[in-house]
Amino acid sequence: MDTTTTETQNTPDSAITAVSNVKSIPTGPDRLAHNLPDEPLVIIKAGSSWGVIDLKDLWAFRDLLYFLTWRDVKVRYKQTALGVAWAVIQPLFTMLVFTLFFGRLAGVPSDNIPYPVFAYAGLLPWTFFANAISNSGNSLVGSANLITKVYFPRMIIPAAAIAAGLIDLAISFLVLIPLMIYYRIALTWSALMFPVVVFLTALLALGVGMWLSALNVKYRDVRFALPFIVQLWMFISPVIYPASFLPARFRWLLSLNPMTGIIEGYRSSLFGHAFNWGALATSAAITFALLIYASYAFHRMEKNFADII
Amino acid sequence: MKPIVRVEKLGKKYVLGKREAAYGSLRESIVEAVRAPLNRLRGRNGGVAGEILWALRDLDFEIAPGEVVGVIGRNGAGKSTLLKVLSRITEPTYGRAELYGRVASLLEVGTGFHPELTGRENIFLNGAILGMRKTEIARKFDEIVAFSDLEKFLDTPVKRYSSGMYMRLAFAVASHLEPEILLVDEVLAVGDAAFQKKCLGKMGDVAKEGRTVIFVSHNMVAVQSLCRRVLWLEHGSIFENGDAGTVVSNYLNKSFGGGVASEELWPDAADAPGDETVRLHAVRVRSKAADPAAPLTMKTPFSIEVEYWNLQPETQLHVTLHLYTEHEIIAFTTGSGLEPNWSDRPLPAGLYRSTCEIPGELMNVGRHRFSVLIVKNKSSVIYRHESAVTFEIVDLEERNLSWYGREPGVVQPVLDWTTEQLKVV
Repeated sequence: MDTTTTETQNTPDSAITAVSNVKSIPTGPDRLAHNLPDEPLVIIKAGSSWGVIDLKDLWAFRDLLYFLTWRDVKVRYKQTALGVAWAVIQPLFTMLVFTLFFGRLAGVPSDNIPYPVFAYAGLLPWTFFANAISNSGNSLVGSANLITKVYFPRMIIPAAAIAAGLIDLAISFLVLIPLMIYYRIALTWSALMFPVVVFLTALLALGVGMWLSALNVKYRDVRFALPFIVQLWMFISPVIYPASFLPARFRWLLSLNPMTGIIEGYRSSLFGHAFNWGALATSAAITFALLIYASYAFHRMEKNFADII
Repeated sequence: MKPIVRVEKLGKKYVLGKREAAYGSLRESIVEAVRAPLNRLRGRNGGVAGEILWALRDLDFEIAPGEVVGVIGRNGAGKSTLLKVLSRITEPTYGRAELYGRVASLLEVGTGFHPELTGRENIFLNGAILGMRKTEIARKFDEIVAFSDLEKFLDTPVKRYSSGMYMRLAFAVASHLEPEILLVDEVLAVGDAAFQKKCLGKMGDVAKEGRTVIFVSHNMVAVQSLCRRVLWLEHGSIFENGDAGTVVSNYLNKSFGGGVASEELWPDAADAPGDETVRLHAVRVRSKAADPAAPLTMKTPFSIEVEYWNLQPETQLHVTLHLYTEHEIIAFTTGSGLEPNWSDRPLPAGLYRSTCEIPGELMNVGRHRFSVLIVKNKSSVIYRHESAVTFEIVDLEERNLSWYGREPGVVQPVLDWTTEQLKVV
């Protein structure tokens, strides 16, 4: 092995004292004095991606998740006249159109809830989910300059797109409050389940978005397929209609769509209806299975991102 | 001492055709989707067409803590790929590298800047992208702003910045990283002289603090003045690894070869370029340095020699040289018209050599070539030869202006200057 090691001794005392004034540097002055750790901090080798996701690494970069989310939120409505109002306009106007066409003209039932609130409660998770998977699916490709220049756990990019969607969800949720007051719908203890279903929606969006974003790096087809998938997916989800709209013997089929349990869950928690625990459990199971598969697939593909993006 | 970076048998392969497939259109993808399973049936890897490029091959080296190591080599030698592997942007194909410290890379300063965000916001965003914690950025914020000199523009979106301001802010953030191992790629390629000076100064500070720096550059002056050791990569492998001065001069010798090697010689006059009056015999560049094989620096005097046969007795012949820069601009023209021995006399038939002495401290850095013009009776060009001889003027001295780049201008003469005080006020 023809390696050369040059011994150097150039750590002036001044440099050490200068750095040691600063308390919270994790790297500390001791390491600058060349007390190297016994184990390497990083081992780079081929095929190292075959494990599970590196949670420690992900945790070390948690601030990046925060800043990328913050950037997405901050930048999204820059130079728009209506700004954040767009987060409300989208579901609100969709709700109005749905109410007119499906609620009034087509007479779609709405589980004894006034159709506008019913639709809005369904559009809330749906708009979040649809925007989240679209933004997340295109996020890696849109961050090519980052991926080819700096290292960080790539998973943060699609995750930040989902997190930014949650902010929009929170804003559009604000519209629901006057709606519920207007239609005199009181909250019950079921509302405590609301954060749980929101969290479940975010996890499902993360699973789908992460997988699509990685696939998009290699196959740009994803970009074309996404709007189409989102549109079809809405019609097989109980957004416009309640799950009870379907004959009972087909309802289990609808439950295979994880969004069914989630959307019904939003309505149950807001309107105090009985939860369809079976559908919710199915959604949760599919969500977790998808999330595990997506992180495995993502991890397998991410080592090539910089080379093929 | 225990190394802070240990690289063992590192290799990285690129399949060149694959990249295109990644950008494939929908139609291609459908075709591919149909074909891929078929290929898989026929045998694995059947679908992967394209040329294989080994960007890195069997790299083995260690770096001690506190060392500043330069990485040099021609374009495509694997320098940038090495940094990309060490900074974990891309994975090696085989081999292993162990890092005993936190790594940060300045592969491209300003990565992740968002044009719509303000300078202040971008400091935080960019810092986080480069791996800093939020608290760390907040603590260093004032220092970063002071370094960038952009206090007044902190709340302006960076899309309104000039490119110089943009670079200053970007470098200010990047240079406040506190990794044990800093990877730097060609930061000197951008920015103006003042900016370069700041960058190099900061890199020097980083090294003085005892951090380890791996520095990729084409700028031999910077490499020599900053690094004690240099790795020379050639086709993805280490060609030479050792003392910076030695490796750099070997590299320059091999790449740009000085001295008498750069010549054209036609031993047989019948095959030589020319006509019935004149035939060239040799054209060469000869260094006047103590070691004629050393590369020509900006300070080395050298000569251009033109040897030719005069076939027709009693012809008045002169040689003119057109010296070109690498941009095909004529740097200057010079001729033997005032030469003391033969310029006013017709030449008897025979072999002649005209030598043009070019002093040191005249030429600018870069690759040069020249044309040889044979002029008859001081008036008509009877033969013109585009010489294949090229020579490279390299820059090895660190000049007191601290500017490590090529100065503009076709020549770079050192001229006499005087300053006098004319009036006392």
